[in-house]
Amino acid sequence: MRKVAIYGKGGIGKSTTTQNTVAGLAEMGKKVMVVGCDPKADSTRLLLGGLHQETVLDTLREEGEDVALDDIRKVGYRNVVCVESGGPEPGVGCAGRGIITSINLLEQLGAYEPAGSLDYVFYDVLGDVVCGGFAMPIRDGKAEEIYIVCSGEMMAMYAANNICKGIMKFAQGGKVRLGGIICNSRNVDNESAMIAEFAKRLGTQMIHFVPRDNMVQRAEINRKTVIEFDPAHVQADEYRSLAQKIDANQMFVIPTPIHTDELEKLLIDFGIAS
Amino acid sequence: MSSKISAEELKQEMLKKYPAKVARKREKQIIVNQHVGEFEGRPTAPPIAVNSRTIPGILSMRGCAYAGCKGVVLGPTRDIVHIVHGPIGCSFYAWLTRRNQTRPESLNDPNYMNYCFSTDMQEQDIIYGGEKKLRAAIEEAIAIFHPKALDIFSTCPVGLIGDDVHAVAREMEAKYPDVNIFAFSCEGYKGVSQSAGHHIANNKVFTDVVGLGDMRKPGKFRMNLLGEYNIGGDSFELDRIFLKCGLTLQATFSGNSTYEEFASSHTVDLNLVMCHRSINYMADMMERKYGIPWFKVNFIGAAATAKSLRHIAAYYDDAELTARVEQVIAEEMPAVLESQAKYRPRCEGKTAVMFLGGSRAHHYQDLFSELGMVTVSAGYEFAHRDDYEGRHVLPDIKVDADSRNIEELHVLPDPELYQQRLTEDDKAALKAKGILMNGYEGLMPEMAEGTLIIDDLNHHEAEVLIEKLKPAIFCAGIKEKYVIQKSGVPLKQLHNYDYSGPYAGFQGAVNFYQEIDRMVNATPFGLVKAPWQELDAASA
Repeated sequence: MRKVAIYGKGGIGKSTTTQNTVAGLAEMGKKVMVVGCDPKADSTRLLLGGLHQETVLDTLREEGEDVALDDIRKVGYRNVVCVESGGPEPGVGCAGRGIITSINLLEQLGAYEPAGSLDYVFYDVLGDVVCGGFAMPIRDGKAEEIYIVCSGEMMAMYAANNICKGIMKFAQGGKVRLGGIICNSRNVDNESAMIAEFAKRLGTQMIHFVPRDNMVQRAEINRKTVIEFDPAHVQADEYRSLAQKIDANQMFVIPTPIHTDELEKLLIDFGIAS
Repeated sequence: MSSKISAEELKQEMLKKYPAKVARKREKQIIVNQHVGEFEGRPTAPPIAVNSRTIPGILSMRGCAYAGCKGVVLGPTRDIVHIVHGPIGCSFYAWLTRRNQTRPESLNDPNYMNYCFSTDMQEQDIIYGGEKKLRAAIEEAIAIFHPKALDIFSTCPVGLIGDDVHAVAREMEAKYPDVNIFAFSCEGYKGVSQSAGHHIANNKVFTDVVGLGDMRKPGKFRMNLLGEYNIGGDSFELDRIFLKCGLTLQATFSGNSTYEEFASSHTVDLNLVMCHRSINYMADMMERKYGIPWFKVNFIGAAATAKSLRHIAAYYDDAELTARVEQVIAEEMPAVLESQAKYRPRCEGKTAVMFLGGSRAHHYQDLFSELGMVTVSAGYEFAHRDDYEGRHVLPDIKVDADSRNIEELHVLPDPELYQQRLTEDDKAALKAKGILMNGYEGLMPEMAEGTLIIDDLNHHEAEVLIEKLKPAIFCAGIKEKYVIQKSGVPLKQLHNYDYSGPYAGFQGAVNFYQEIDRMVNATPFGLVKAPWQELDAASA
């Protein structure tokens, strides 16, 4: 079983990219589980055709110790297994601690068993790695390969670089590796070339360039992935292509985060600042 | 010093084990006492670098801000429901462990000290926030006990997850307007020691309690005693003496105290400060807001007690009171002197070392000197420079970021209640009588030159002290007790008095003489040999 975590700046399109890619993997016949690690619990909406109601933490709170796997696992598009960690309201409690608790509980309940029943588990993690809780999926070998969703916007690259610092820290003592940068295009000038260069500097690859297309939003409003909503659309092929590249990926590295000055220079060299 | 090693050699012996950086810091916190100058007729001491962070890895004697706030300052009040918001351990291990006693006036009067109130935070409360549980705990406590006041103490996780305990307190007080509900942001990690917690406690009690009541105890000479926590019944002995002298104790902060006494403590004409470190903020703030003067007293030791009583009489400047105080001293002293005559010859010349809180390491030296015993090394756990060197150094104290993190209240005179009791001339006249208003002379000027002053002592340094000085008795707390006693030196706990007390006042002094004689003249450690000592004897 390959254990994948998706990180990236808040609002960059992690959940959308993850679900569309997972749909592509499912179409290839892969058995996939998605674990949403965001208190908003909206990481599996497109696969389930609506919001997942029973989050791990809510169930744990209501049922106490007696939580059954079937209470928290929902089956979505092409038998993708969906789990949401859930968490507190904004501004209350500790969402990071919630994610730690939730992932530990999933392990104890045997959510990934029996061996061989899953080809992939995807952790879709909220925003930046703001504290220890959000780093949980890359600690202790929970996720072994990371993909960072990024665009050519400066703050998205800045966040990606920071996430690399987190990965480097845990990679040195564990199995976690960076699998690549997914460029989710914002139609920035020279975006593809710049992100390819950025990825190279980080010691990794731009695994795929996902062009911007309003079809993604249309499918989203209909609570579906593009592959399910309009399988013949060109954008569906982009996600299929990303799914195939991830499935065939052999390049797993300990990233080499760059200095902020170097990052800024990159932006200048590729013409954004001029 | 009676031992062969000099204080400087002792200091170097302690420092030589340390890495260079640690040694550089500790050498400023371990000072050979000297009287380097003079300030208003009293000797001054060299500066000591205290109230700074303990070096990680060192086995410190210190506690946390929560311990200082709940355990020390508020804990001894019997009729406020003290709810600890946090995991159960913070409550359980602070439950009646300090031996502060209390005595309700009747069986019908509330006394919540035997109870342990906690929100018992669980992992779910950390994730989802604990405010709901706190509200439920307050509801439950009010339904069962109907207290006049209820306070909330924040433990570490509360600060980490950002529960707004003050908002909960306001909300619940709006719901139950006849209960005064207030909260302390005294998370354990704040500041460098429990000293931060004292300050936080002083601030909140001052803003949310003091001045709300009008219960005036009758009497001509009305005063508060600040920084007396009724360990082992000390307050009871002092109550007895004050009553005999015709002095009215309106409120004690906080031994054997009640909420009503706190609330109406602003109605007195004098504040006496015992434990300078834990409560001087309150004395200063009450002086600024209400004009109540304060001076430092010490009721530990018979001579110190007599001196403090005479200072009180001199402050009120009343012939009748003065005569009565003299009569009380004359009545009390014979029993004290009789006891001294019995125990002093058995203890004379023996040595003590003392490492305690923020005032006791100073106060108890008076009691030991009454037994003819010498304190050869002393220090505080959490004191500031003014406790060591005297309050005249206050303007020179560099305020660092750790101290700045603890709120300093800006207090203005109350337009209605402020009343000036003393003019500058009055203060000067009192000074001529030996009463230093707003003053504290500090530990170092009063200790002999050549003694070793050690701030925030740790286990390594304690071991060196024992090995090199072989004191007859070591005074510290429970964390040190058994480690020290394993070295064959008796340890007297002066935080909780082991199982004994009171030690304050006249009868307390007699108790102390007996106890110290029992400890320094007991020989059990000399009668047993450790296995390796027996091996040595066999091979020799």
